[in-house]
Amino acid sequence: MTSTTAPEDAYAGSWTGAVRGFLARSLPLEHLLPVRQPYYIGSWVYMFGAITIAALVWVFLSGAVLAFFGPQWWHVSGIGHFLNSVHFWSVQMFFVFMVLHLWGQYFAAGWRDGRAPTWMIGVVIFLVSIVTAFTGYLSQQNFDAQWIAVNAKDAINATGAGAFFDVLNFGQMYGLHIMLFPVLVITLVAVHVVQVRMRGIVKPIERRAE
Amino acid sequence: MDAPASYFHWGVILISIPNLLLIIGMVILFLVAAVARVGSHDNEDL
Repeated sequence: MTSTTAPEDAYAGSWTGAVRGFLARSLPLEHLLPVRQPYYIGSWVYMFGAITIAALVWVFLSGAVLAFFGPQWWHVSGIGHFLNSVHFWSVQMFFVFMVLHLWGQYFAAGWRDGRAPTWMIGVVIFLVSIVTAFTGYLSQQNFDAQWIAVNAKDAINATGAGAFFDVLNFGQMYGLHIMLFPVLVITLVAVHVVQVRMRGIVKPIERRAE
Repeated sequence: MDAPASYFHWGVILISIPNLLLIIGMVILFLVAAVARVGSHDNEDL
């Protein structure tokens, strides 16, 4: 039996139908998984965002292993040292290429043509990533982490955040670093990528007529 | 690696040499990426 009503009509009046219609309109599969890209994608500047996500994958994978085995492992074993270094250096790559991606989008005015929410989510990702990395430095379980915590506490207290964000509380910093902030960063990055796919890559700024 | 880094100090600017080199490297990489092309130009009709 074949239906004669359009899918959106069939679900008229239901919120699931409204959501389904919105997703079908705003995020068709040809936008979500395009097979061809415009010519202006042929620039390495457009690679920076993808490289940032690649670094984030390494951050997540190495961090998952570190969280599983714990500091008694990553400070004393050879493979623990290696995974610890992979985690550290992939974070460095994540930030380097995120900043290059930011530069690229700034000079391309990536917020044009309705892409302001994409830009704003990117800014939020940047800020959350900084806090995530900060809690990571505090979670190293070495003298460096203690030095950072003791020196940072006054600055954090001066902002008023010290009442609920205690850098001397290792359990709190470690919990935030391996649970709340990673979920936040990865979710926001997923939203950011979907936003990019909804509107496509921003076109280059056209030259003024001579 | 455990020794303190050297610093570049010029007026109000104070930055460690490793951080300065990293930023210079990022600027160079950005400029190269802005000029260099990647892949073929088969999709110029899009």
